[in-house]
Amino acid sequence: MNKYYLNYLDELESEAIYILREVWAQFQNPVILFSGGKDSIVVTYLAKKAFFPSKIPFPLLHVDTGHNFPETLQFRDELIKDLGLTLLVASVQESINSGRVSEEKGKSATRNALQITTLLDAIEHHKIDCAIGGGRRDEEKARAKERFFSHRDDFGQWDPKNQRPELWNILNGKHFEGEHFRAFPISNWTEMDVWNYIERENIKIPSLYLAHQREVVWRNQCWIPFSEFLKLDENEKVVSKKIRFRTLGDITITGGIESEADTVNKIVFEVAAMKQTERGNRSDDKRSETSMEDRKRQGYF
Amino acid sequence: MEIDKNQLLRFTTAGSVDDGKSTLIGRLLYDSKSIFEDQIAAVETTSKRKGHEGIDLALFTDGLRDEREQGITIDVAYRYFTTPKRKFIIADTPGHIQYTRNMVTGASTANAALILVDARHGVIEQTKRHAFIASLLQIPHIVVCINKMDLVDYSEEIFQRIMHDFEGFSSKLYVKDIQFLPISALHGDNVVNRSTNMDWYQGAPLLYTLETMHIGSDINKIDARFPVQTVLRPQRDEFIDYRGYAGRVASGIFRPGDDIVVMPSGFASKIKSIDTMTGTISEAFAPMSVAITLEDDIDISRGDMIVKTNNQPKAVQEFDAMLCWLHNTAAKSRAKYSIRHTSNDQKAMITNVVYKIDINTYAREEDNKELEMNSIARVTLRTTRPIMADEYRENRATGSFILIDNTTHETVAAGMIV
Repeated sequence: MNKYYLNYLDELESEAIYILREVWAQFQNPVILFSGGKDSIVVTYLAKKAFFPSKIPFPLLHVDTGHNFPETLQFRDELIKDLGLTLLVASVQESINSGRVSEEKGKSATRNALQITTLLDAIEHHKIDCAIGGGRRDEEKARAKERFFSHRDDFGQWDPKNQRPELWNILNGKHFEGEHFRAFPISNWTEMDVWNYIERENIKIPSLYLAHQREVVWRNQCWIPFSEFLKLDENEKVVSKKIRFRTLGDITITGGIESEADTVNKIVFEVAAMKQTERGNRSDDKRSETSMEDRKRQGYF
Repeated sequence: MEIDKNQLLRFTTAGSVDDGKSTLIGRLLYDSKSIFEDQIAAVETTSKRKGHEGIDLALFTDGLRDEREQGITIDVAYRYFTTPKRKFIIADTPGHIQYTRNMVTGASTANAALILVDARHGVIEQTKRHAFIASLLQIPHIVVCINKMDLVDYSEEIFQRIMHDFEGFSSKLYVKDIQFLPISALHGDNVVNRSTNMDWYQGAPLLYTLETMHIGSDINKIDARFPVQTVLRPQRDEFIDYRGYAGRVASGIFRPGDDIVVMPSGFASKIKSIDTMTGTISEAFAPMSVAITLEDDIDISRGDMIVKTNNQPKAVQEFDAMLCWLHNTAAKSRAKYSIRHTSNDQKAMITNVVYKIDINTYAREEDNKELEMNSIARVTLRTTRPIMADEYRENRATGSFILIDNTTHETVAAGMIV
């Protein structure tokens, strides 16, 4: 057997490192969009690998909905300190206070869509020309069509029908002032790949991903964590369950699943046997068949 | 699954509108149990609403709103599935005539191409076009799936005839490895499971074929090429004198102690170390991302290429290439474009269109030399500074380039050095 080949996880890692280095070489002012979720943690870890022994040469940008898991914020701050990086925070609350956006009404109101304005404002304010994200093509049908280097016009919009073709490994990040790119180094990874990689590389993740006892409410077919931001119906009851989160986002819409997986190794096995998609627990994606596509066109992550 | 041994296989699918391409992909995903229950439930609901009997497998690959409404594929979509043997990436490309550019895009990174032929119609113009692009882009393996065998009574004679026709026209093409499979994507014959309707077929089903295909030789392991992406100069005490050249090995193998030359400057040195975050390594081969340090302090920057002294590409400023035009705006004669070849950015001019190719007949057109969207032509290019060129046929990574329009920054052409 020819030993000169990479296994698929090494090949994905190498591809991601290549893309991160291209971002650094082709843009003036890139940032990593950091949500505190596992995908952005993996991207940050890959950036550390890409530039070692140098420090990661760009800041992290957190779009803060104000509805955070306290664990996420603590994790974020420790990571920033460990890596010696700068953290930029774009606050949805400030966008609301300054009248740029207004809060959705009703029981299922979320700040999910409001993030778009906050993000685009931050991109403009900090003169960011490339925002690196942890988006994966396996997540959602609109994301399946994303490029590694995804062009946004000066309104921050994505036009899926008019994307630059991406051939071989040659990436074209040329742009005019005011336009920016999104770069997706782990486009080709699946949820399973991410977990296998976290396990193999022993990457630190927030405890929220591991099974833990928590106060939750049953809503939209999943366990929504009880928090001060949650408005309860008469029929809804707060109960205590052993759950874990498959994705992390705004605390008001991120659903947990009942699980006994309290180590990364157990998660790997659980994910392998999983029968529902990851975003099935995100009520932001359940609004309509094209909700992700619509948000992406406007400038969502 | 044993990650250590599992390779990644990228394949692209080509077929015309009604060849059943989406159904085939849906079938591969469905029968290999790569689809989640909530996805199946969503597709069942839609199938019922559209009045289909049972479940319409093609809906698994539907993406954007316009695609669902018009029942077409607009852009390259990427799909993923894993079996105990391999991880697969499918570049699902639309089959319409105006979308040659998408097939070229999907083909550029593929190890294998699945070309679909409708058993009722046999080889048609689009089949020839797809085979031509697969050969132009030098996809190492081609699998011709003769689909809808159920509609021709699983006839061996029809299968043989189509295979014969295909071999007839494809003898003019340069294809390394080609296989023919009789399938029915709709009923699942020879996709994941062996068909019980075609005892005359002795070969393996499609999935097994993809799982066992030898892809170890798809990347060039002979000609060592390392395009420098960026230079790592950490301003940290313990690495104060460190100068690492970061890049991804494009082809071949590098080891510490190797005699190297930096192109285009021609400075010679030796490899001191090959570094990763987890430590130094004893060899680096394609497609590994590493950092290389050298024994001597040489001025090296992005766009330079580190190669072995005894095996060098040609530094050229004038060369011929096959060009596929990808943009609505036709090529302007004697206009300057940016050329991006590996990490090297230069200006280039198309000085001559030698001939255009009619991709339906493979005939050379020497009268009409206008390069429009989807045109494929042999051209002569001149660059302002040298690029380190290999022939595309020998080396996909260092034989390929793109052209970028300087006024719009759009990628307008894909090129393969002849």
